Amino acid sequence: MIELDKIAYSYGGGELLSDISLTLQPGSFHFLTGPSGAGKTTFLKLIYGELLATAGQVRISGMDTRAMTRDQIARVRRHIGVVPQQTQFLDHLRVADNIALPLMVSGRDGGGAQTDLDQLLGWVGLTSQKEQFPPQLSGGERQRAALARAVIMSPDVILADEPTGNIDWEMSQRILKLLVELNKMGKTVMIATHDLALIRAAKSQVQARVLRITGRRLQLAGADL
Amino acid sequence: MKALRDILAFLVGDPQADRVVPPTGFTAQLTLFSAAAMAFLASFALALSTSTGRLADRWSSELAQSLTVRISAPEDQLAIQTQAAMGVLQTTPGIQSARALSIEEQAALLAPWFGSSVPIENLPIPQLIDVIEDGSALNVASLRLRLQAEAPGAIVDDHARWRQPLIRAAGRLRGLSWLSLLLITGTMAAMITLAANAALSANRQVIEVLRQVGAVDSYIAQAFVRRFTLRALSGAAIGAICGMIAIALLPSTNAVGGFLTDLGFRGAGWLVPASIPFLAAVVAFVATRLAALRTLRTMA
Repeated sequence: MIELDKIAYSYGGGELLSDISLTLQPGSFHFLTGPSGAGKTTFLKLIYGELLATAGQVRISGMDTRAMTRDQIARVRRHIGVVPQQTQFLDHLRVADNIALPLMVSGRDGGGAQTDLDQLLGWVGLTSQKEQFPPQLSGGERQRAALARAVIMSPDVILADEPTGNIDWEMSQRILKLLVELNKMGKTVMIATHDLALIRAAKSQVQARVLRITGRRLQLAGADL
Repeated sequence: MKALRDILAFLVGDPQADRVVPPTGFTAQLTLFSAAAMAFLASFALALSTSTGRLADRWSSELAQSLTVRISAPEDQLAIQTQAAMGVLQTTPGIQSARALSIEEQAALLAPWFGSSVPIENLPIPQLIDVIEDGSALNVASLRLRLQAEAPGAIVDDHARWRQPLIRAAGRLRGLSWLSLLLITGTMAAMITLAANAALSANRQVIEVLRQVGAVDSYIAQAFVRRFTLRALSGAAIGAICGMIAIALLPSTNAVGGFLTDLGFRGAGWLVPASIPFLAAVVAFVATRLAALRTLRTMA
């Protein structure tokens, strides 16, 4: 469980986020919306420990991220799958190796890892691209590869930052379907997006809570969504 | 035993982990060349240090145990004073043996200056007596007084006048070569740190991806550390081998030339330059690890 307790984040003298409290219950599904520059990406980074709150506490399994060492935060990230806004890969490694990277860095790349990887590649529809290199992938394929990499460690929480940002509607629906499937497997999912059509489409598939960042604060979105 | 296993595990490495950092051609060549050049220079500095040490030891031990008595007297007095001096020397405590050099031996000593055809028996040259000490304390001042009384033309030369500056010079030379070694080691550490920093900066995106997927600092650092350590090891091995070959090809000790032809290693002494690659690997390991961990902390 991840708890945010009255957190604030300031950068360069200005406060980007203020007095935010939220609990991500296991198995819940959240959308995080708001205008560009509202702080959605910053908010996600605070949750997975890439940024540390300047006030308040972000507690992961009861432990304050500010009290964690760098290595503890790195280990926590193995339980939080992140699909970043700008998907980054190691361009010199094959797609399959990139997806298996979390297994590699945590020393779990032995045993049945190859079977898991093959199943995952099939699930995201990248089996035929597994021998390719990241620059050869299309936008949608990169998003699916990023999603596969985020979930290969079977994390408890999946954070996706604008996962449908640069892809067509059909591909967006496919990505959404994968995230909904993960939620049905019991994973906590949070998707940051400004795509309201995607949120409306999701509401028919999953019971989602929609949160909006506005004026540096987090609010439960109204019925207009 | 565990340390050995750890070293072996480090050298063998994790092939998967090594692949996460892309190959960096230019930095690799630069590190390899720097390590080779430094190892080449280090082998010469070591050779200089070893040779000067050997020379200083020889001068100290050989010459400290001997002295020369020189008798300058009119021709009719020379044999009498030599006889008298020999008598004094043979009864002086601390002297193992005293031997008057023959005319042939004196001629051989002068040959480098006068040539072998000069009839030195016709020249008014002093008689030399070679004295070997027995290791117990010889009172040179007392010997001088006694010789002055029995053979007024006798002068005792205990070699101190020229031996001490030579030993001091050899010691300084040895100190300088050790300083050179330290500077070479420091320069190598600095170059490897710079190369490692360049590699870390060039791979910033790789590091960000690795951090994002849960890699701890030591895992990321290890990929760089192992790479630079192995480069330094192989580069230094090439440099040290070249240096050892060059030293082995220097003119032999048998040739006339003294110190210059004595530059090099003897027997087990060759193990000293052979250890340079391992020292380089240790330097590279420490330098890269410190640089990597420092850089990773700043990337937080």
